[in-house]
Amino acid sequence: MSKQIGIEVSIACAEAAGLCDVDVVAAYPITPQTHIVEHLSEMVADGHLDAEFVPVESEHSAMSACIGSSAAGARTFTSTCSQGYALMSELCYIAASLRLPIVMAVANRALSAPINIWNDHADLMYARDTGWIQIIAENGQEVVDLTIQAFRMGEDPNVSFPVQVNLDGFTLSHMIEPLTIPDKADVDKYLPPYRPKLRLDPANPVTFGAVGMPDIYTEARKAQDEAFKNSLPYIEKAWDEFGKQFGRYYKPVETYKTEGAETIIISMGSISQTAMTAVDMMRAEGKKVGLTRIRLFRPFPAEALFAAIKGAKNVIVLDRVTSFAGGHVSGPVALEVKSILYDRKHHPKLRNFLVGLGGRDVTDQNFMEMVDQVAASKDDGVPVAYEFINVRE
Amino acid sequence: MAKETGFMSWKKLNFGIAITNPGNAAELKTGDWRSMRPETNKEKCTKCAQCYIYCPDMVYSKDAEGYYIQNYYYCKGCGICAHECPVDAITMIQEVD
Amino acid sequence: MGIASEALKNFKGFNLKNLPEVEPVSPGHRACQGCGEVLALRQAMKALGTNVVMCSATGCMEIITSPFPQSAWRVPWIHVAFENAAAVVSGAESAYKAMNRKGIINSPDTVFVGYGGDGATADIGMQALSGALERGHNFIYMCFDNEAYMNTGIQRSSSTPYGAATTTSPAGKKSIGQSTWKKNMPEIAVAHGTPYVATCSPAFPIDLMNKVKKASLVPGPAYLHIYSPCPTGWRCGIEESVEMARLAVQSKVFPLFEVIDGQYFLSRKVAKPKPVSEYFKPQRRFRHLTETEVAKIQARTDADYEKLVAKCVMEAKTKEKPEQEMSIRLDGA
Repeated sequence: MSKQIGIEVSIACAEAAGLCDVDVVAAYPITPQTHIVEHLSEMVADGHLDAEFVPVESEHSAMSACIGSSAAGARTFTSTCSQGYALMSELCYIAASLRLPIVMAVANRALSAPINIWNDHADLMYARDTGWIQIIAENGQEVVDLTIQAFRMGEDPNVSFPVQVNLDGFTLSHMIEPLTIPDKADVDKYLPPYRPKLRLDPANPVTFGAVGMPDIYTEARKAQDEAFKNSLPYIEKAWDEFGKQFGRYYKPVETYKTEGAETIIISMGSISQTAMTAVDMMRAEGKKVGLTRIRLFRPFPAEALFAAIKGAKNVIVLDRVTSFAGGHVSGPVALEVKSILYDRKHHPKLRNFLVGLGGRDVTDQNFMEMVDQVAASKDDGVPVAYEFINVRE
Repeated sequence: MAKETGFMSWKKLNFGIAITNPGNAAELKTGDWRSMRPETNKEKCTKCAQCYIYCPDMVYSKDAEGYYIQNYYYCKGCGICAHECPVDAITMIQEVD
Repeated sequence: MGIASEALKNFKGFNLKNLPEVEPVSPGHRACQGCGEVLALRQAMKALGTNVVMCSATGCMEIITSPFPQSAWRVPWIHVAFENAAAVVSGAESAYKAMNRKGIINSPDTVFVGYGGDGATADIGMQALSGALERGHNFIYMCFDNEAYMNTGIQRSSSTPYGAATTTSPAGKKSIGQSTWKKNMPEIAVAHGTPYVATCSPAFPIDLMNKVKKASLVPGPAYLHIYSPCPTGWRCGIEESVEMARLAVQSKVFPLFEVIDGQYFLSRKVAKPKPVSEYFKPQRRFRHLTETEVAKIQARTDADYEKLVAKCVMEAKTKEKPEQEMSIRLDGA
């Protein structure tokens, strides 16, 4: 039987990893990820979780140890964010290329400088080209469910990629919410044991991480790209089967009141909850506004996203990161949206706003302002790549 | 002899280009690098095993009589064996071809 | 008795009659002619056998053994990056520990080895190594020290000896070459409380193999610092690798010793040491050194050796030496 309890989301994330019988957790503390790894080490210390907790000396070694562990055939979990992610990023590329289904919870936080421990999506976007599957939670229940699903997705032999579960730092990681924690037996039914075909085993020696000369590097990259591209249906399958078993259904792209919407906001993560409230308020005023939330950022669900926004006249894309491209190129999420629209006949007007940087609140009022601004703007032929919202002049 | 290059389709690669036939570097004929060849004078050889244990290229193995003999398929001709042989039983000979 | 002494109390070493035939590294590897590093690796792997998991740093021993589609590794092997071999092996060892305990696998005797060159160990990989030693994983770390970044073209590292010319510490009008003294990695390993630390040289293969075997028997971390002559980088003859390794020991430049549970044992007392100039002479990396500089290095070498001997003597006075003989000499030198 599953149980419903009031619990901090970070603790619930750790419990979810525990329900998946992880064998090894290698982690280094960084705010606001700390409660996740603290709780995992407690579970190991108390004997509730039979795993090795490796208290490494840096995030770089955290991901390195995760790679060694996963290559040895163990189910492996870690967690980090921000500067910690930046430090380990070298290894994140390698984990994906070695096709190791490590699961990592990222309590999304801004990048320095100035040093800032609060939430935005700088680390999430830093990771976008590493070859990891990236899924994004909006609330505590999604954190629990996505953590369990992440192992299932990554370990599917048709996938075999590492998975990053993104949860907004503080605004989600430190909330106490009423959550349904699944029963262990149900998780066992959903998630088969991890038994990789190739692992570091003296009985069946394998060479991992060989040198790829120019005559094979392109093929290696092509193979990885094809596999990543083809992982989408298996990710959806993991969600479908979770829905059937647990009654909570997930999709790569979720829509909210998009039918008949002239303006559609595209958001990711916990601000989507505020956006939904704002959409309700605007709908009540008779404004035709809807919301599309991206739950799967990598591999990017282009078809599903296009289907969700194709009827709109205006699309408002929110980016929670500055990408310093020189002012004429949009933020990373807007870039993805633009790239899927370019080859289509339908070109809604697209506006890109940079919001919620380094823990700055994004209020329902902000959403309404953005919608009004877009409705009032005239197309004067001068492209605007992006605009900051809520910035003091 | 197997091909020395990685020419193959991306569809045939293991995950992470893992190599599943370990030790297949033994197919490589590093003997091609050689310009000098070590030759052992069995009359002088005391079967002391120094050539065997000091060879960086695993060239030497023991024959039925206990002599250590060269496998020229791998010998790169470094000459450590000749240099280390305590009884000067090994001579480096210029390769000709 | 400490954990290392306890594990080694019935240790039986190798000798010329029972050299293992196994070659976990296959021939056909692409090391330079006369490579002293792959020779040391070969001897170490013969001692370890096949029930091992190898975690390699980026470097010569990685690149010469693994260009796709050929691998010289007959044992499980992984290369991830330059600076993290000790962290990768931490993860692999932890995985086995968990999976053995949980009944997923049954491989309690597998030996875990991380290895790298001196750059991967003393410079860029120092933090990961320090962490792994401190955490006490049951693994061996082998540093194959060829005293510079050879794979990238002979750049200086913190393990390059004073006075040696490299491509980033060239000798010139205003430079004597490397201007700093070699970082003492074995002492750093000892300072971590590592149960077994030893220095080895491929010129003394039985001693090297015995130390590798001992390292594998000790529960907890073991650190081996292995001298690895590089004719390409040291600019000596390709046939002289073993001789350079031997001269380094005979001139006290690279003394052979063990530290077991913190106690020092000299593996080979250098009774009639050769002058460092004899060791320098065949190597063009030292050719520019003046007599004054050589004398300065000689003085430092003598002092360092005396310091080491003093530690060994002190320990010998206070405690009986456990059963472990002076290495059987193979070379008759």
